[in-house]
Order: sequence, then C-alpha cells, then structure tokens
Amino acid sequence: MYVYNLVDQSLVNQRVQQFRDQVRRRLSGELNEEEFKPLRLMNGLYLQLHAYMLRVAIPYGTLSSKQMRALAHIAVRYDKGYGHFTTRQNLQFNWPKLKETPDILADLADVQMHAFQTSGNCIRNVTADQYAGVAVEEIADPRITAEVVRQWSTLHPEFSFLPRKFKIAVTGSKRDRAAVRVHDIGLIIKINEAGEMGYEVIVGGGLGRTPIVGVTIREFLPQQFLLSYLESILRIYNQIGRRDNIYKARIKIVIHELGAKEFTRRVEKEWKTIRDTAIDLPVGEYERIRAFFAPLPYQSLPKNDAGFSHLEFENQDFSHWVRGNTLPHRQSGYSIANISLKPIGGIPGDASAKQMEVVADLAEKFSFGEIRVAHEQNLVLPHVKQTDLYSIWNTLKEHNLATPNLGLISDIIACPGMDYCSLATARSIPLAQDISNRFSNLRRQNDIGELSVNISGCINACGHHHVGHIGLLGVDRKGEEYYQVTIGGSADENASIGEIIGPAIPYDEVVDAIERVVETYVDLRAKNESFIDAYRRVGKQPFKENLYVTN
Amino acid sequence: METKVISANRLEDGIVVYITKDNNWSECISDAEVFNDEAACDEALSKAYTAEEACIVVGSYLVEIEQKGEYYNPTKYREFIRVIGPTVRPDLARQVRS
Repeated sequence: MYVYNLVDQSLVNQRVQQFRDQVRRRLSGELNEEEFKPLRLMNGLYLQLHAYMLRVAIPYGTLSSKQMRALAHIAVRYDKGYGHFTTRQNLQFNWPKLKETPDILADLADVQMHAFQTSGNCIRNVTADQYAGVAVEEIADPRITAEVVRQWSTLHPEFSFLPRKFKIAVTGSKRDRAAVRVHDIGLIIKINEAGEMGYEVIVGGGLGRTPIVGVTIREFLPQQFLLSYLESILRIYNQIGRRDNIYKARIKIVIHELGAKEFTRRVEKEWKTIRDTAIDLPVGEYERIRAFFAPLPYQSLPKNDAGFSHLEFENQDFSHWVRGNTLPHRQSGYSIANISLKPIGGIPGDASAKQMEVVADLAEKFSFGEIRVAHEQNLVLPHVKQTDLYSIWNTLKEHNLATPNLGLISDIIACPGMDYCSLATARSIPLAQDISNRFSNLRRQNDIGELSVNISGCINACGHHHVGHIGLLGVDRKGEEYYQVTIGGSADENASIGEIIGPAIPYDEVVDAIERVVETYVDLRAKNESFIDAYRRVGKQPFKENLYVTN
Repeated sequence: METKVISANRLEDGIVVYITKDNNWSECISDAEVFNDEAACDEALSKAYTAEEACIVVGSYLVEIEQKGEYYNPTKYREFIRVIGPTVRPDLARQVRS
C-alpha cells in the first residue's frame, strides 16, 4: 500500500490545523455559515437531515488494518458506533459534532487518512477495481495509476473550483469492476502490440439526472502522458463547463452539447501544448510509487489443498460461502475473500465499530493487513490462503459478516436515502431490507443467479440505480413514497443505462413487483442465461406486462 | 394558514432542534412554539435568524404540523423522520414526548 512521505503527512497535518481554526472561527461567529460552508465541504463535512455527516476518503478503496481500526475508534469515540461504506469506496459517519470534527481529522491524519475532496466541485476520490493486484485476469494493477491520479488531483490549484464535482475511476482488467464507463473520466489499462502500457480514455459518463455511458476519446494513451492528457481534459472542462445551472454542469453535458468529436479535438489541441512538459511524471516517480504495490511475500502453495477441499465437502454452509463469496487469486493457493455487508434484512453498506475491528484483525492475521472496499458496498480481504478460509469464515459468521450472497439479489446497493440524506425524496434502506427479506432463501437466490438491485433515494442516484439490473428510484408523489423501476442497467464492461419500465409504484407494492420481474425472468430464461442477458435478448415488454399486472 | 413550528440544526453538533416559547431551542418537537398566522411566523423566523447570527443554530425554516392535543406531527414525511430519527435505526430514536 502507498505510505505517506513527509510531504504527504505535512499536507494532512496542516489541513487539520487549518480546519481546526476555521471551526473555531465558525463557532465564535467570526465566520458565518455562507463563508464556512465551502470550507467544511472541502473537508467532506455535510449538514444532513439529523446531524452533520463526514465522508472519509478511502483512496481507490484500499485501507490497512490500522486504518480500519482507526475508523472503528472514530465510530465509537465521536459517532454512534457505526459507519457506512459508500458506492465510491468511501466511509461516511452520520453523527459527528462540528466542534469535534477537527479531532476526528487529526485522528485520521495519524493513520494517513483524510476527508479532502470528498465533497465540493473538485476532483473526488479516485476509485478502482477492488480486486486490484490480485484478479486472475488482470492486465496491470490499477492502484499505481490510481495513486498517481490521487496525488496529481489533491489540492490541484487549477482544479479546485470546477463547474461541478469530477469523478475518475480506473480498471486494469477486461472485467470492469470499477464502473469506469459511468464516470467523468474512466481509464482502462491496456497493453499495445509493442508491449507498452497505456490507457483507453473514456470521458463523459455519469449517472444522476442525466445518465450517460461515456465515450472513448482516445483508444490508447501511452502511460507516460497520463497526467498531461488528464490535465488537458480538465482544462477544457474548466473553460467551457456550465456554471449557471448545477444540473447541467457536469462534463457529460459538455460532451453531449459540444459533441464528442469537437470535445476530443479541443482536448488534443490543448494536449499538444502541454505534453512533453513537466506535467507528466518522470519514469522514476512512477517506479517509486509502483514499489509500494510490489508483489507481496506469498508462500508457494498448491492450487488446491486437500484439507480445504475436505472442509468444503464436510460443511455445506462453508461450501456455500466459498462458492459464493470467494474468487481465485493470481497466486496459487490463495483466494480473494469477499465480506458481505448485506446480511439478510440488514442495512446495505453499514458496519458497526465491532465489525470493523473484526475485519481489521482478520486482515492483519490473514491478508497482509490489507482490506478493500468495493463500490458495491462490501469489503474484501484480497490476499488470503485457501487454508485460512475456514477460520476466516467462522469469525465472519460470528459477526454477521458471512452472508454468501455476493452478486445475488440480496446483495443490494442502496444509498442512505431519506432516513439520513437531506437531498432524498424517499427512503431506500427499508425497501432494501424488505426485498432482502423476501428473497432470503439462499437456494432461491442462487437459482435466480447474478442479479443486482440498486436503490436510490433521489434523482442524484447515489445508489447507482441507473446501472442496476433492476434499479429503483424513490420519488415523492403527493407525500407518498413511490418508486420508478428501471431494468437492464449494467455497470460493467458492457455498461448500459436501465430502461424505465412504466409508471412509478407505491412503496407497499414494490416488493411484489420485484417478485413478478424475477418470476418473468425465471420463466423465459434460456439455460444458464443470466438476468441481464435474458433482458437484452427479449427486451422490456415481457417484464412490463407482468410488472403492472393487476389482480 | 396551517400550523407551523420552526426547526433548525444546532450549530455545534448538527442535532435537529425546534424554537420554543421562551426563545430557546429544544430537541423535542412538543416543546416547540406553534404559529398560526403569517405575522407570528415572520416574527419567529426573525428570532431564529438572530439565533443563527449568535451561532446557536443553522438553517432555520418553517415546518408545517398537525397539532393533536399535546402531539405535534409534521405533515411531511421528511420532517417526521427528522423528529424520530432514521426509521431503520429505532435504537437511535430521539427522546421525544410526542
């Protein structure tokens, strides 16, 4: 993992002191709310429905056991004993006090963490594949690129006042687990015919009010030019992005209105003026950063351990968890272990302080002290020996972290919704719980197969409902909670925006409606055909007909 | 005019509060002063803005309620959730008498 040097540490320490003084001046009245609000947003501090909310950055979803323990400590010391992992791989605390937030930031700084740029019109947390460095099919580790982009974008003097927020995601695999095509900039690592590393550059993806899949503006950008090219994109956006209407200020609108061809022409023209300058990182600096992500001292182990196979055979529950929640690892004899934060009937993405500590301990003992946060709001132990999986599973079970539902219908992605968020128009969590309870039967879930349900409590789409196989958007209809249903969305390498199926449905009818959608799929699917493939084959009509059937 | 109360967030900790008859701020909606005409609302908002300038609260606004005896129920669900806390965490429910 990347480790701060003196410069990095000074930066976070200075920011803590700066914010401490800003809070003092706010509480004394030297700063009014209008003056203070942009300052607190620069430190990820929102004012929400019930209290302040602090969004802590977890760069490309990677954190250490020590950092996870610090988050647990903050949850207990300053909050109400829990936190919420988000769809951008960050963590949110829902109850911090303004007067204590400088102390929280100081505790974060002690473990090389911060809350910079998790809010505001700036470049936000860079996200990446949660299996970075360990996925079998990976072309190259995206964490190095993500770390380079993180450092470049942190307190970038030219891009601290963009027209709107800006989100960048990186993937190093053909299988896109970072949803790069629905980010403002998505980077796909590629190796060209000459064996050189570079990126496919995708721009203008996004969700929210105007969901759009991004366009490729460059098929192959050599790695050495990454920063100058990103700089060019941001410069053009900064110049022409709208500032008169926050709903039309994202880069996706710029590209939509200008056209991808013209946008690309402007970017390439800008790039010509700044490539081969000091903006691009020297090779030595790439190597310095790469060294932090060097292969770990894995043991040489057989691909399949007889003892492990026996345990799988003997214990059905363990077997289900292995089959559902673990994946093969690049290193023989190792596995990637997913920790579900979606217990049946639970709150998606929430973890108690105790659960955080348990995960920290497991990571320290079994995963080289490393944890990942997935944008699907689950956690990952990325480097575990196959022979340790049984011990890990037993501990996870004790703490309600072993639900074997990865990628299944109860692995629901949901924003905090109107239970927490001042922007929300409807609740999302109770609906997630009701759907989870309805489909609690594991055998049925596995029979249904891979099926993502994403729930957003408002048009801002923090639950990524547009790219759910089934998406639910909460709306307010004369004071009642209604939900618009979309089907056919996908966040992966075949990204698509879900289609609205018909009129919104009242809360009390949604779970039954989902049931009918699932039954429709089960009835018409071909052998081994997934939900999304079946939908793409038959279209929305069969689902629409059954969704709105009245008894 | 509908019956209203004034709500805000306490500056130092962000907790939801309601302005009371004696110009204090209570976490309990049933302690809130109730307003039934525009003039009273305007006067109360003015006091609320004074409290904002005094760094006691932030973000004051009027909340429509239905008054049933000693119980004050916001008419909008969002405001009801602000009273009771997250519906999915009854263990975090605020102590309210209404």
